[in-house]
Amino acid sequence: MSAPQVALPRWIDIGLLPIVNLVQALLVSGLVVLVIGADPLHAVRIMAVGAVGDGVAISYTLYYATDFIFTGLAVAVAFHAGLFNIGGEGQAYLAGLGATLMILALDPYLPGIILVPLALVAAIAFGAGWAFVPAYLQAYRGSHIVITTIMFNFIGAALMVYVASDVLRPAGEMLPSSREFGPAAHLPPVHEILALSGFKTPSTPLNLSIVWAAACCVFVWFFIWRTRWGYAIRAVGLSPKAAIYAGISPQRVIIMAMCLSGGLAAGVAFNQLVGYHHKLLLDFVAGAGFTGIAVALMGRNHPVGIVLAALLFGALYQGGAELAFEIPTINRDMIVAMQGLVILFSGALAYMNRPWIARLYLALSRRPLAAEAA
Amino acid sequence: MTAPQSAHDDSPPAGPVGSGQPAAIALRGIDKSFGAVRANRQVDLTVAKGSIHGIIGENGAGKSTLMSILYGFYTADAGEILINGRPVEIRNSHDAIDAGIGMVHQHFMLVEPFTVLENVMLGAEGGALLSAGRAAARAELQRLGRDYGLNVQPDAVISELPVGEQQRVEILKALYRHCDILILDEPTGVLTPQETDQLFAILRALNGRGVTILLITHKLREIMAITDTVSVMRQGEMVATLPTRSTSKEQLAELMVGRKVRLELDKHPARPGPVRLAVRGLTVIDAKGVKRVDDVSFDLRAGEIVGIAGVSGNGQSELLEALSGIQPLAAGEMTLCDTQVSAASPCDPAQAREHGLAHVPEDRLRLGVVTAFPAWESCALGYHEDIAYNGRVLMDRAAMTASCERLMEQFDVRPRDATLTCGKFSGGNQQKLILAREIARQPKVLLVGQPTRGVDIGAIEFIHRQLLALRDAGCAILLVSVELDEVMALSDRILVMFQGRIVGEVAGDQADERTLGLMMANAHTQPGEAA
Repeated sequence: MSAPQVALPRWIDIGLLPIVNLVQALLVSGLVVLVIGADPLHAVRIMAVGAVGDGVAISYTLYYATDFIFTGLAVAVAFHAGLFNIGGEGQAYLAGLGATLMILALDPYLPGIILVPLALVAAIAFGAGWAFVPAYLQAYRGSHIVITTIMFNFIGAALMVYVASDVLRPAGEMLPSSREFGPAAHLPPVHEILALSGFKTPSTPLNLSIVWAAACCVFVWFFIWRTRWGYAIRAVGLSPKAAIYAGISPQRVIIMAMCLSGGLAAGVAFNQLVGYHHKLLLDFVAGAGFTGIAVALMGRNHPVGIVLAALLFGALYQGGAELAFEIPTINRDMIVAMQGLVILFSGALAYMNRPWIARLYLALSRRPLAAEAA
Repeated sequence: MTAPQSAHDDSPPAGPVGSGQPAAIALRGIDKSFGAVRANRQVDLTVAKGSIHGIIGENGAGKSTLMSILYGFYTADAGEILINGRPVEIRNSHDAIDAGIGMVHQHFMLVEPFTVLENVMLGAEGGALLSAGRAAARAELQRLGRDYGLNVQPDAVISELPVGEQQRVEILKALYRHCDILILDEPTGVLTPQETDQLFAILRALNGRGVTILLITHKLREIMAITDTVSVMRQGEMVATLPTRSTSKEQLAELMVGRKVRLELDKHPARPGPVRLAVRGLTVIDAKGVKRVDDVSFDLRAGEIVGIAGVSGNGQSELLEALSGIQPLAAGEMTLCDTQVSAASPCDPAQAREHGLAHVPEDRLRLGVVTAFPAWESCALGYHEDIAYNGRVLMDRAAMTASCERLMEQFDVRPRDATLTCGKFSGGNQQKLILAREIARQPKVLLVGQPTRGVDIGAIEFIHRQLLALRDAGCAILLVSVELDEVMALSDRILVMFQGRIVGEVAGDQADERTLGLMMANAHTQPGEAA
């Protein structure tokens, strides 16, 4: 009866459980592959090779993982304040507008060393700003953050369609997108950096945003667990009444945490637009905001866990693309279904396996104790 | 706690089974573990038919677990249950009811918007259509009321009844299901002394008609007042079963704690100094628009303890929250050490602390600590912006841990592990930690809510002595407690609250339970008024 609440060693909770969940998801995925008439083992091999088989594969995996680190951190920071930020998608999207406007205005005049940081600041400001409105409504008007952030994804998407097709689209251009950014606004890709130090590597979209993602991980860890603001965020998230008792204003904490969350999600725009596409595109976030929820859940809202989960989802994304390419019966939708299964088992059903693992652990650990006592 | 089970030195006496009648309840070797914690270990209990049997023990001694096993909420890992001499298997509360067991829970299990009749019938409707069952239930209620003096209006809505009557409905529910064994879990926690007397009269009447009564409590006085036999539990074990006549409060306390306990406090007369907290016309209105504190005025001086007595839910909690800055004032004002506070110029909890106020909150788990934080983090709750705890950007974890360890040392918090999660400390140790934190900064005014609720006797003794020492050091202390004994033992002056108002004041050394009880029920005539 009480097994689910039993405290287990950390290696089970943060190591074994996620692995068991993942294996389950892959087993079910294998069944699905089997049902449509393909060989699951073959599919797994293709996915693994596609995701981590060579330098190019790894670069692509890291490129996707970069997005998931940003959105995973965004969800985690809000979660520590007791908030479920579903709006990472919209915040990242709007952040793209911020970066784009800054670059379009200044790319003829400024060198990259100044322009790129400015673009990042603008992206963060827009991402945080898009998160501020739902935060304000939650803090001072009692509107539920889950509802408002979902709605803000739609509002953001509509706004971006308008901006990309009616405002920023260059005359004569058919596609709804902005003009190409000037070369000053191109964040150097990793292969160029490696080439400078003598390593010849193929060209991939992996760019220096990954350094920013790593910096964000370190920042989030320090901020949440080592500063008084993080203390306030965790106090509000874990026990709002105790926080009020302590003189912490939950309203202010909600706004701080959400703005921070939106600012972290903005990294996606940095990675995608400044790092790779070099222009504003529609739907460039491509679901990374939602995947971030699964990444944060699976990573237990801790930067280290988030990095690991982001790498996993990056690999699934990249390996899945290869799979769809190699086996024609497995199309894009199958890949989405597989990712859905991973999210289902490691996110929504994260604790499904805990009771029996707990019972197994107790049974195994009690025996030596009983032997000792005898 | 994994030591092998040793044989009992004082195995419980068999009880008056020699009379030939089988015992109403016999538990043999009941064992129950939750994970690594053994809540009940080899518990034997024999309750004689027709007796009033008390079970006493500190929080976490395993009383509630044992009763939950008896009522079918949990299944024992080992052991057997005999009811009236027959072995029974109790897997759920239906089985318990079928075996003739009724239970009155500490927190009532009543549907508040339903009437008394509807509540009594719930789960025993006697068919798909209610009308026939309702008539039968009404007749049965009348009979029970007549037989046992348990009179309740069948058509009254539960939420409109006073707590004492709600409890009577719970008892009626059990009787309606033909129970001949009635378990009451901490039944007097929410009652005034007079209501407690009425409850005991009812229990005696039931007992006179052959109902066996099992009373779970932590109040020694009640055990002495009403039981025939008393069993003492400690750390999951049944340590003694004694006839109440041949024991004493002191002996029971010693058995509960496992060492000698001083129940009396050495208290010197107070030497009140200047007014530290002056409250005038304070009014608090809650989110639903209900006036919770109504025009309350009093002065609190340095070096005195003012106790607030009252039945739980009469505005004491809201008063504490308003004084500490958690709840906004709707009207009135207060002067906290020369700072004016009113609805127009509010004072949040952080500001109140700066003005020298400290607050040991009533709801220890939800307000006093963040249960998921380690002790050293909860020790900074309310003071996390302190210079002592902060560098320019990062918090000074070493300083926080050192300060927590110092407090744990001074207040004998066990286990002395600053990294342990707060939720894993016992109630008494959590309370010591909070008290230590709040006292450490030498507050000018200390608000204390339910300082010993859910706290074991050993810690109660310690906490009371700390509060008196703080008073003697010149702190102004406002004490809110539903334990009348505690208010009387500590307070220099006692204010009685009823429905948000202060309905009377008594000097601490002149207070007696009867007068306070009447004031708490607002049935008291002020001295000087014509009777």
